[in-house]
Amino acid sequence: MKKINLNKLKELFAYISEKSSLFLPIESANSINFGMYDEKAKVRLDVLKTSKSPKDLFFPQSETLYSCQSAKGKISIEPQALQNDEFVVFGMKNCDFAALEILDKVFLSEPVDTFYKARRDNATIVTLACARPSESCFCKAYGIDCAQGAGDVSAWIIGEYFYWCANTQKGVALLEKTAHLFEDADEADVESAKAQIRDIVAKMPLMSLDLKNWGKGKTAEKFDSPLWDELYKPCLACGTCTFVCPTCQCYDIKDYKAGEKVVRYRCWDSCMYSDFTMMAHGNNRTSQMQRFRQRFMHKLVYFPDNNDGVFSCTGCGRCVDKCPASLNIVKVIKAFDKEA
Amino acid sequence: MQELKNRIKQLMEENVAQRALGWKKGEFGYDAQAAFFESTDELDDFVYNGFCGANLSKYMIEACKKEGRTIICLKPCDTYSFNQLLKEHRIQREKAYIIGVGCKGTLDISKIKANGIEGIVDIEGADMFSSENLLKIKTVYGDHELAYSDALLERCNCCKGKEHMIFDEIIGESADTVSADRFEQIEKIEQLTSIEKFEFFRNELSKCIRCNACRNACPACNCRKCVFDSDKFDSAQKANSDSFEEKMFHIIRAFHVAGRCTDCGECSRVCPQNIPLHLFNRKFIKDINMLYGDFSAGSNCEENCPLTSYSFDDAEPGKI
Ligand code: SF4
Ligand code: SF4
Ligand code: SF4
Ligand code: SF4
Repeated sequence: MKKINLNKLKELFAYISEKSSLFLPIESANSINFGMYDEKAKVRLDVLKTSKSPKDLFFPQSETLYSCQSAKGKISIEPQALQNDEFVVFGMKNCDFAALEILDKVFLSEPVDTFYKARRDNATIVTLACARPSESCFCKAYGIDCAQGAGDVSAWIIGEYFYWCANTQKGVALLEKTAHLFEDADEADVESAKAQIRDIVAKMPLMSLDLKNWGKGKTAEKFDSPLWDELYKPCLACGTCTFVCPTCQCYDIKDYKAGEKVVRYRCWDSCMYSDFTMMAHGNNRTSQMQRFRQRFMHKLVYFPDNNDGVFSCTGCGRCVDKCPASLNIVKVIKAFDKEA
Repeated sequence: MQELKNRIKQLMEENVAQRALGWKKGEFGYDAQAAFFESTDELDDFVYNGFCGANLSKYMIEACKKEGRTIICLKPCDTYSFNQLLKEHRIQREKAYIIGVGCKGTLDISKIKANGIEGIVDIEGADMFSSENLLKIKTVYGDHELAYSDALLERCNCCKGKEHMIFDEIIGESADTVSADRFEQIEKIEQLTSIEKFEFFRNELSKCIRCNACRNACPACNCRKCVFDSDKFDSAQKANSDSFEEKMFHIIRAFHVAGRCTDCGECSRVCPQNIPLHLFNRKFIKDINMLYGDFSAGSNCEENCPLTSYSFDDAEPGKI
């Protein structure tokens, strides 16, 4: 365990960012999101949740796959270079890290998504314990411990100090590189901070959410429930919940015409949108009820069906905080529990 | 609130209307949601308090597709949107029984949380019809107090007025909430150089994730199929492929709602990235007022909109 005074963090950031890009929560125009560090950046490690999850550091909202150029009657294809530079993500919360492990199941299984893999391989992730969880958090319901990050490095902010220790080879390398800035720390400081966090977690209203009615093999029981018809009604079909979610993984592939050039790119898609999975014959989900149902069934039933019971939600609570109609996965889970 | 609930119950029992469109309580006291109440039993969960910011008028489009009449609760500002939807023939008057509900301003949960208040388990004092001005907020980290009037949404600090523009009956008193001039910030932006303006909006819009919450919450955005959703046009976008598209979406939307936007403030209220979208619309409102005389979209159903009617006295481009 190593520690550094909080007022020396700036030095640490400057040092890391000299060698590789550094991404961390930054405030810009009244919103806090993961962004690239520079001297002017207003770093906000004190905030619990960034508006957007950090998933777009690995799976950007839109990214070019390749482009085609036509010249003199010939078409040439320009492949898109992979992200091959190392980078550091600093201050990721453990729910968001757990979400990456969910995305891994999708993008790193055959056929491997090379764009995603390149970013995963090149990233060193520093997970930061949540000193003050919020009422919308329910990571514990999925067995995620917000007091002990599972990234390459686990970190804590306790009083005047920032503590960290490495969990992986990549983590060890980062600690070695920056060792001159740190001093040795007492393991016991961190242990008591962890106990404190776990005490708070025990008091948070959604942490004890019970998922026993969900998971593998529940399709028949849930799919035709009349509850969906009631639950979806206030939904605006905006897709905010899918775009702020760290585990939502659907994308669309589109072409962008730029004169003589065509850029093929992919961008996040949302099951809440009317043209989601649109095919030549039309769409297989024709009502907003069906689209709404898809989102929650995917997270709580279909994904577990295909991934040994793992849910595609980590309880980050962003959909709870951000849905303009105040709907969310918790309300869905509870409504079904009430019925059962 | 009980009076309002009782009245809705009575109207449903007397078969004046078959259902009600109101708000339902949430998990933490601040996350009330819009809801259809199909039977009087369901009214147990009905709430009307400072956290009922959602403007229900757009849900009337859905309600009109249903059998019979729907009771709809509208705050003063919501009635402008309702009128505007009527004017655009998106809803039918006879399908609605409008209860104009009194308003002492709606609350901004992000403003409350910006005071470092986290871990909220309960909020007392958000009642709409009480004259108390104190929110008592219980959190896992300790209790807080905050003046109701310090936690209002921006739109309520420059409320258009507490008169309901359309209603069948009114329940509850309203209270004045105005503490700022509606066009003050617009005037400030007008003073900037064009480069500064561009910088300001670029900064704000670069946060946009194209989640469409602003568009979908907006009562003026009521097209059956939005041009940005249609795969029949090149304009279909699920994401901003570049910063040009990011601005284009918002600028087109602002132009499309110009003269129809009632300044209900829903776009800014729902934006997950805190983008002050109302600034675009207010600039148009201010300019329309200047060029064509005072006009307030949705204040009635009859008046022509200056942008969709022509008169010989209309302002000419370049001659203002
Ligand atoms: S659940 Fe909420 S955030 Fe998601 S699409 Fe519906 S209204 Fe938007
Ligand atoms: S569904 Fe909601 S709580 Fe679950 S991971 Fe996604 S945004 Fe977070
Ligand atoms: S703008 Fe006015 S009428 Fe509308 S919610 Fe705010 S205070 Fe009430
Ligand atoms: S609600 Fe905000 S983030 Fe979403 S599309 Fe509108 S401006 Fe962009």
